[in-house]
Amino acid sequence: MSTLRLESVTRRFGGLVALENVSLEVAASGITAIIGPNGAGKTTLFNIISGFNTPTTGQVFFGDDDITAIAPELIAERGLVRTFQLVQLFDDLTVLENVKVGRHLHTRGGLLTALIPNLAAQREAAVDSAARALLQQAGLADRAKILASALAYGQKRLLEIARALAAEPKLLLLDEPAAGLNREETQRLAALLRQIATSGTAVLLIEHDMSLVMNVAERIVVLDFGRVIANGTPAEVRANPDVVAAYLGQAEAALA
Amino acid sequence: MNSLTSIWAKRSANPALLAVWGLAAALVIYVLVRGGYLMSVVQIAAIYTIFVTGLNIFMGYTGQVSFGHSAFAAVSGYTSAVLTATYGWGPLPAAILGLAAVLLCALVIGYPTLRLRGHYLAMATLAIGLIAYDVAVEWGSVTQGYMGISGIPPLSIGRFTITSDRGVLLLLIVFAALGAVASAGIRNSRLGRAFVAIAGSENAARALGIDVARYKLVAFMISAFYAGVAGSLFVHAVGFVSPEVFGLHMVVLAFTMLYIGGIGTFTGPALGALIVTLLPETFRKFNEYQDLAYGAVLILILIYAPGGIASLPRLLSSMTRRKPA
Repeated sequence: MSTLRLESVTRRFGGLVALENVSLEVAASGITAIIGPNGAGKTTLFNIISGFNTPTTGQVFFGDDDITAIAPELIAERGLVRTFQLVQLFDDLTVLENVKVGRHLHTRGGLLTALIPNLAAQREAAVDSAARALLQQAGLADRAKILASALAYGQKRLLEIARALAAEPKLLLLDEPAAGLNREETQRLAALLRQIATSGTAVLLIEHDMSLVMNVAERIVVLDFGRVIANGTPAEVRANPDVVAAYLGQAEAALA
Repeated sequence: MNSLTSIWAKRSANPALLAVWGLAAALVIYVLVRGGYLMSVVQIAAIYTIFVTGLNIFMGYTGQVSFGHSAFAAVSGYTSAVLTATYGWGPLPAAILGLAAVLLCALVIGYPTLRLRGHYLAMATLAIGLIAYDVAVEWGSVTQGYMGISGIPPLSIGRFTITSDRGVLLLLIVFAALGAVASAGIRNSRLGRAFVAIAGSENAARALGIDVARYKLVAFMISAFYAGVAGSLFVHAVGFVSPEVFGLHMVVLAFTMLYIGGIGTFTGPALGALIVTLLPETFRKFNEYQDLAYGAVLILILIYAPGGIASLPRLLSSMTRRKPA
């Protein structure tokens, strides 16, 4: 059974073909990675899945629903939540408040709630404890009260993931979560990703860090010049001659 | 009351801000007791506090820009003025109708306009302010054009009328305080966090399921409502209205207050309104150099406290924290 299915997705930007006839399925559980050289179309693929962009031709299904031309906020509502290649936190909110925004879809309350003190306090208490639990999981509990903009870079990445998790996604899309992380932070990230997958949330990540990908991913999709050139387990992908030629050649040495 | 008392506790733990507030409170009490000309100056400050508190929700929290909120003050201000002075309505029903008109205008104007961003939104809202001004000038049969409407009765509810300057000021302070408390409540709720999230990153907000277009419209309407309350209170407090009252001057003044007080903070609007209305009075004895001194002080504040007066404590504490190292 698959949660996410792309059928013959093509995306052109003027004369450039960013994605060409991409069809793939992402499992409803576990960790799937998309790899490929720069400019292979990975982020375009993410934007199309999450509704920030639409395919020129082709369709995207999530579960039984066609989500091809649906707005990002409605896609999030269906349980597909993404992070960004360049971290996008809400800088004027505290670390804790950032995660609370992540609870938006699972909480209620507008102007009236905000203006009735007792009701506001009651609603806040619930969202507060949920948010703190997520910060705990991400190892950011002691940073709860500082502004998100004041975090160290690696912590910002973790916070963005914690915030996305707060939305209780069925499928979590992570765009290069390890970019800019040091070795220790990458290990922490790997542990967090496994934890997320174990708890039943499927993960689809774009990643350049090959050791992380080989380490955590159960399935790997390889993109090159907008086409899927391989799709399989880490061992299969590693053995695929096309992949080695296109991408893994130089990274393979680092893995050994 | 939990969230509000905790804000209060956080704020009052800060000696610098407490000192600023002590000063502001002492000044208002002095004016209340002493009376005289300053009374009407502080009345204007209280009215502007309401206007700027609303603007802060749209500009400070939500990160948008509007040069046109004077239009909403004009809609309810003129509705109150015309209905009470010309048609003999009571101030309360007139204001309620005025505010309903404001919300309707904000909805109709905001829906198409808020698709614009940055400079384009600034230009569009500026145009809205100018249109409102022109309507006030040209619709002479109702607004009396440049002459304006005088003889607007003071505020009253039923048979109870507030006639003394002191009573009016107290009432305005109550309204300003209620507005500030509501603004703080909004900021610390799901609604307010969505506003600040939009200011931080519209894409990230959408990716978390926030309907950005809808929340921008809600922020716009809330801030327009504040502007409307300020407009109605103004015409009753002053007893007179003309197109100039809600002209571009109002917008410039409100922007100055917002940035001097501290954009995005709870207390900034009130501090900014007090400072910006009182500063010119302080420099009165400078005669022809009054505006020069006033401008110089504003520039100094913006250079040395770029986050406004309300951000001074944070600035001071970060300076003292840096020193020992």
